[in-house]
Amino acid sequence: MSQSYDRGLVEDFGRWREFSAGMWAWVFHKFTGWVLVGYLFTHIAVLSTAISAAGQSSEVIAANNDVYTTVIVTLESLLVVRILEVGLLAVAVFHILNGCRLLLVDLGVGLDSQDKSFYASLILTGAIVVASVPTFLAGVF
Amino acid sequence: MAERYSSFEKGGRRWLWQRITAGFLVVVLAFHFFLLHFVNHADEVTFAMSSARMESLAYYSLMVLFLITATFHGVNGVYNALENQGLTGTPKRVVKYTLIAASLVLVVQGIRTANAWAGLPTF
Repeated sequence: MSQSYDRGLVEDFGRWREFSAGMWAWVFHKFTGWVLVGYLFTHIAVLSTAISAAGQSSEVIAANNDVYTTVIVTLESLLVVRILEVGLLAVAVFHILNGCRLLLVDLGVGLDSQDKSFYASLILTGAIVVASVPTFLAGVF
Repeated sequence: MAERYSSFEKGGRRWLWQRITAGFLVVVLAFHFFLLHFVNHADEVTFAMSSARMESLAYYSLMVLFLITATFHGVNGVYNALENQGLTGTPKRVVKYTLIAASLVLVVQGIRTANAWAGLPTF
C-alpha cells in the first residue's frame, strides 16, 4: 500500500524553524537551481561577445585585444566577480552533491540515511569551496 | 488507502529526462569547472584559446550537448518549481511557452557562440 506524506507548505518560509533536514535539502536545492539557471543565461550572454570577436582581424585576435578576451579579462580583474565565482562554485557543488543524493534516493539507495547524506553534502561542499578559494582569487590582488 | 500525493503527472516522462540530464550534467559540469578554473585559469581565457578547444569536434559536440542538457534541466526545473507552487490554467500555459521560447533563444545563441569559436557560420 502506498503511503503519503503531507510535507505542508514549504513555501511558507515562516515555518522555517520547524524544517527538518529534508526540508532544508529541498529549499537549498531549489535556491541553488534558480541561481544556476539564472547564471546559465548570463553566462551565454557574456560568452556571446565571441560572435563579435570572430569578425575582428587575426592581428587583433593574436594580440588578445579582441572584444571577447577584453570583456573576460576585465571581468576577471574585478574582486567582486571573483567572489561571485566562489559563490557560484558553492552553489554548483551543493547542487551536484545533493543531486547525486536525490538520484540515489530515487533508486532506493540509502533511504534510511537521507539526513546524514544531506549533512555530508553540506560539509563536502564547504570543504571543496574553502580548498578552491586560493585558485579562484589568484592574481586578483 | 492513502490518497495519491504527488505533483508528477501520470504517464509523464519529464521527471525521467530531468534525472537522465542530471546524471550527464554531474560529470560534464564538474569537468567544465575543473577545465576552466583549475587546468586553465578563468583570467587567462582568450578568444584564441577558446577557439583552439572548440575546433576539436569532440569538444564542440560535448559543449553543444552540455548546453542543450543544461537548458532542458534548468528550464524544466523552473517549470517544476512553479508547478509545485500551484501554478495552473492559463498562467501555467503562458509560463510554459515563455520558457520554451527562452530555451530556444538560449540554445541558438549558445550554438552561434560555439560556431564563432569553431570558425563555423554564425547564421
